[in-house]
Amino acid sequence: MTRGPSAHGASPRWSRRVLGALGTAAIAALVLSGCGGATGADPSSDSAASDLPLVFGAFATPLEEPWDGAIHAALQGAADDGLIRYEHVDNLATADDMERALRDIIGSEDPDLIMGDAFAAEDAVRAVAADFPDTAFAFGSGGAEQAPNFSVFDNWMQDPAYLAGMLAGGLTTTGTIGVIGAMPIPEVNRIVNAFIAGVAETNAGATVTVSFINSFFDPATAKQAAEAAIAGGADVLFAERDGVIAAAEEHELPVFGMMVDQQEQSPDYVVSSLVWSMRPTVEAVVADVVADKFAASNLAEFSFMINGGSFLAPLNTGTVFTIPSELTTLVDERQGAIMDGSFVTIVNEDAPAGSTTLGE
Amino acid sequence: MDFPLIAVLAATLTIATPLVWAGLGAIINERAGILNLGIEGTMYAGAFVGFLTASASGSATLGLLAAIIAGALAGSLMGLLTVTLGVNQHVAGIGTTLLLIGACDFSNRILFSAGSQAVTAKFDRLFAGTGFFAQYPMTYLAFLVAAPALWWVLRSSGFGLRLRAVGENPEAADAAGIPVAGTRYTALVLGGALMGTGGAFLTLSLLGSFTLDIVSGRGWICIALIIFGRWKVWPVVAGALLFGFADALQLQLAITPQFGAVPNELLIAFPYLVVIGALAIWGRGVRYPGAYLVPYRRA
Repeated sequence: MTRGPSAHGASPRWSRRVLGALGTAAIAALVLSGCGGATGADPSSDSAASDLPLVFGAFATPLEEPWDGAIHAALQGAADDGLIRYEHVDNLATADDMERALRDIIGSEDPDLIMGDAFAAEDAVRAVAADFPDTAFAFGSGGAEQAPNFSVFDNWMQDPAYLAGMLAGGLTTTGTIGVIGAMPIPEVNRIVNAFIAGVAETNAGATVTVSFINSFFDPATAKQAAEAAIAGGADVLFAERDGVIAAAEEHELPVFGMMVDQQEQSPDYVVSSLVWSMRPTVEAVVADVVADKFAASNLAEFSFMINGGSFLAPLNTGTVFTIPSELTTLVDERQGAIMDGSFVTIVNEDAPAGSTTLGE
Repeated sequence: MDFPLIAVLAATLTIATPLVWAGLGAIINERAGILNLGIEGTMYAGAFVGFLTASASGSATLGLLAAIIAGALAGSLMGLLTVTLGVNQHVAGIGTTLLLIGACDFSNRILFSAGSQAVTAKFDRLFAGTGFFAQYPMTYLAFLVAAPALWWVLRSSGFGLRLRAVGENPEAADAAGIPVAGTRYTALVLGGALMGTGGAFLTLSLLGSFTLDIVSGRGWICIALIIFGRWKVWPVVAGALLFGFADALQLQLAITPQFGAVPNELLIAFPYLVVIGALAIWGRGVRYPGAYLVPYRRA
């Protein structure tokens, strides 16, 4: 007796369709599990703390990215200190993601204040702010504030950059210093230019090479750019991006970190780091929100060193090379002048040249 | 300042190393008829798992071993999807990449919430400085061991012959008694292990730390290199060296005063323009493996 395919169960063609459907479902599950941002709610957001203002962080990048990480750290610290209730969402990578998330957050959470970065979604974030004038917005932005409820801030770190440049100029023996940055955009340019100005104060004849890797996250390329700077004669490095400290350690060279104190990454070679503290900005905005007097403004001043918004991390006293005391004295004096307002660091947002020989 | 040509050539080898490891893995996959777009995610998994293991154990060697296993498991996943389930290879590969990157980023956040963290051990260069031979052991292994070995295996071994048969004409291979599914699984596991090794080079040799997006598209570059190299070992290695040289050259030219007038954007685009140009010249009229992208089902 001949049996048809159905007598065995599923036909080969049917089996293939079932397998294909299963596979497609598996792929969909895999992709869905691999996509999307993470959300977090602080434990303080319970009923006992409900009198505190609710602040929502909305970040375009993962929190591991140092820029957004600095904002998140300040907000988390404020929540830990009982100043605010804090929730956040990150990795809102596109303007659509950001706009949808902001509208969802306002509709479901009704926060008193939303903070984040708008660089990749300026139009979308400003449009949402205009639609919800009763909600306070404070976003990292390259543009101006937008009445009535959209304030802007940025990492104005020219002061610690200048001081780091002074140290670099005093530490180089070859007379060449290498800077590796993300890309020639205003917020990077003004840091690099201030660093170069600091070098000029302590080493008027030095050469500063500046490499841009065109990425915020590519430490392997940043390291290769540092290797190129070293091959070009640099014996002191400024790591505006991750990856450079590894090159400095391999070649046993002094290096300066960025955004957070990176001394732990290479205790023998990291001299200091430029640190951005968002806490003064957070405290100022929250105070205005609590006092019901929030208005659109440019919050830049709260990131200045004179207001505690940026600083040079404590000098590493454990480096394998000696930092001359005359040099640290000069830097201390300049820092004092910055803090008492008698010295104002230049703000130059023009793209620096690939190689600048000072004094020429 | 004299132009540091030797340093540029040394950087060429370093930049090409992860491309060679992953490219060799992709050759094995594609010669078996499987387009593995999971390459970016597999490199990412190798980078992260290698870092994680080295960080926990204090041993770069254990980290590398773990990265190889992670890559092999990623290859097995591709095998499950494309060989057993017969899913479209483009969808399976992209899904695998998204899954692996998402899983690694999630694990990184859970385990290392403070962000970037240096490993306790990584492979040191065999010679210090910026000289031509100041390379990592994994660079020497890639060029002097892995590439010649795969060239010999594909050209002269029984496994190489079965691999090519399965990739060119699986029906004929099946009729000749070659296990098509088993051979393709083997190819994906071996290829994944090499891709994982390429990712681990970034964390366990070059950097000693893991950061998000650490692979930064190097897997996708390998896909182009395979077509440029027409699925042959030495042309793929040559393609990786060409890209590495273009990248190393632009990094050096960017800080060379005589090239100060050249726009930075043009220099950064230079290596990619070289790859596109090379593909336009040598990538035309290529003959893909006969069973490329086609799932095999016994009639």
